Amino acid sequence: MRSTPGAPVAEPQPVQRAAGRAAGGSNAPPAAGDPTTPAAVEIRGVAHAFGELRVIDGLELVVEPGEVLGIVGPSGCGKSTLLELVSGLRQPSDGAIAVGGTSSSEGRLARCAFMPQRDLLLPWLTAIDNAALAPRNRGASRGAARRAAHPLFERFGLAGFERSRPSELSGGMRQRIAFLRTLLAGKPVLLLDEPFASLDAITRAEMQEWLAQALAAESRTTILVTHDVEEALYLSDRVAVLSDRPARRVAELRTPAPRALPRVAMVTSPSFTTAREQALAALMGGRR
Amino acid sequence: MRRWLAPVAIVVALLGLWELAARLDVLANALHIEPFLVPAPSDIAQSLWSDRTLLADNGWVTLKEILGGFALSVVAGVTFAVALHLSPTLRRAFYPLLIASQTVPIVVIAPILVVWLGFGIGPKLVIIALICFFPITVNTLDGLGSVDLDLVKMVRTLDASRWQTLRRVEAPTALPYFFSGAKIAVAVAVIGAVFGEWAGSSSGLGHLIQEATAQLETARTFAAVTVLSALAILLFALLSVVERRVAWWGSQEPRT
Repeated sequence: MRSTPGAPVAEPQPVQRAAGRAAGGSNAPPAAGDPTTPAAVEIRGVAHAFGELRVIDGLELVVEPGEVLGIVGPSGCGKSTLLELVSGLRQPSDGAIAVGGTSSSEGRLARCAFMPQRDLLLPWLTAIDNAALAPRNRGASRGAARRAAHPLFERFGLAGFERSRPSELSGGMRQRIAFLRTLLAGKPVLLLDEPFASLDAITRAEMQEWLAQALAAESRTTILVTHDVEEALYLSDRVAVLSDRPARRVAELRTPAPRALPRVAMVTSPSFTTAREQALAALMGGRR
Repeated sequence: MRRWLAPVAIVVALLGLWELAARLDVLANALHIEPFLVPAPSDIAQSLWSDRTLLADNGWVTLKEILGGFALSVVAGVTFAVALHLSPTLRRAFYPLLIASQTVPIVVIAPILVVWLGFGIGPKLVIIALICFFPITVNTLDGLGSVDLDLVKMVRTLDASRWQTLRRVEAPTALPYFFSGAKIAVAVAVIGAVFGEWAGSSSGLGHLIQEATAQLETARTFAAVTVLSALAILLFALLSVVERRVAWWGSQEPRT
């Protein structure tokens, strides 16, 4: 792992792809609900409007199996709507979204686990019961669901907090539980919507490092939506920059060294700084 | 202990004034208080003791009516609320009827129910259930409707069926609201029981009040009213205790 400060890291490669053409990975077998089978996400010519308000317009994005795609864009540009579209909670007004080769909304719902901006833990359940919601919904007994969740609590530094109520936990802890809940959904695709937006700067940095390790341990196709360029560049393999509403892709950057540890060394390295400047320039260029 | 100080002090002070007004001839004459119209608190206490068997027997009858009618309205109210919550069509169809049910004057309908259902416990249960139904249903329905839609979306992506969403998200959200409704209901249930007994019965505190009033046994009337109030307060407190145990998140999460 290249983690020494100032060590040479691969140059960021801004890739400006032609609309409608993107790298392969589109023929992953449709295996619903199996997280071990990586699935690709293909967003083809997607447009979405709420009544008169056009939020997304002609968006083309492909996420390859096992890849982490960061999406940055100005606030209110439709990033959260995009995740709801991908997850199958909404149908796009136009265009097609395929997850693991399936484009029906049921098929997408079965393949995508969604982590919203707010942790949305149920206050009436303990941490472990919150994390184990998906197995419970699929018919596991309370005991079996807890047994499924327990190893993840150990692995992700949450041991001892299983019986805590959400109200007793800090913001960072709550987000960790929410992430475990998303992992335990056992879906091949993770959709993370501004997962750390509500946290203070220090907790946020800690959580990014934590998530980097978690993603290293549990490789999934991931879409990470954020308004924080640094967060996207640090956590993702590739970053797509969206324009103001209606959102289109204005730039795409390959990140210098995804999820390298320690984070501080990484985000202060020259290649990272260059990538951040490019991304910010693209963001500014996308303003209307 | 401190939180009890103020309410106890107020009650004792009021009782003291009352006692003085009824006992002191000067005051009683000035206020035109006749002992058979307004008994002194000590007379009522006397009656509470000497009529204790009478009060207990009739209180037990009334308590059974209240519990039965309340249980009936909980079952009916929650069922109704869930049905209306799940089906917008049902909601549109029945919501006006739900409000109309509350405008029916119980005093008018009580004698009719006695004609239909006889002098037994039947009409009392129906009257109490009718009175309790509205606050329970409306509060539960509001609670189900107040669910955080982001939570619903979230559990949908976690493979929850409609029923599981109701069970794991909407029902717990509604539970504190249900208890608010149930607490109002149990307090008014006592009034329902009295109306029910007045319309026709041979026992119960309402019946006792009617009888004692007719015989100008005012102290006994007041004693029966005291027992009724005590019953209402007791049931209310009991529900509050249950609420704190089973719906504790209601007091810590802001209700939106």
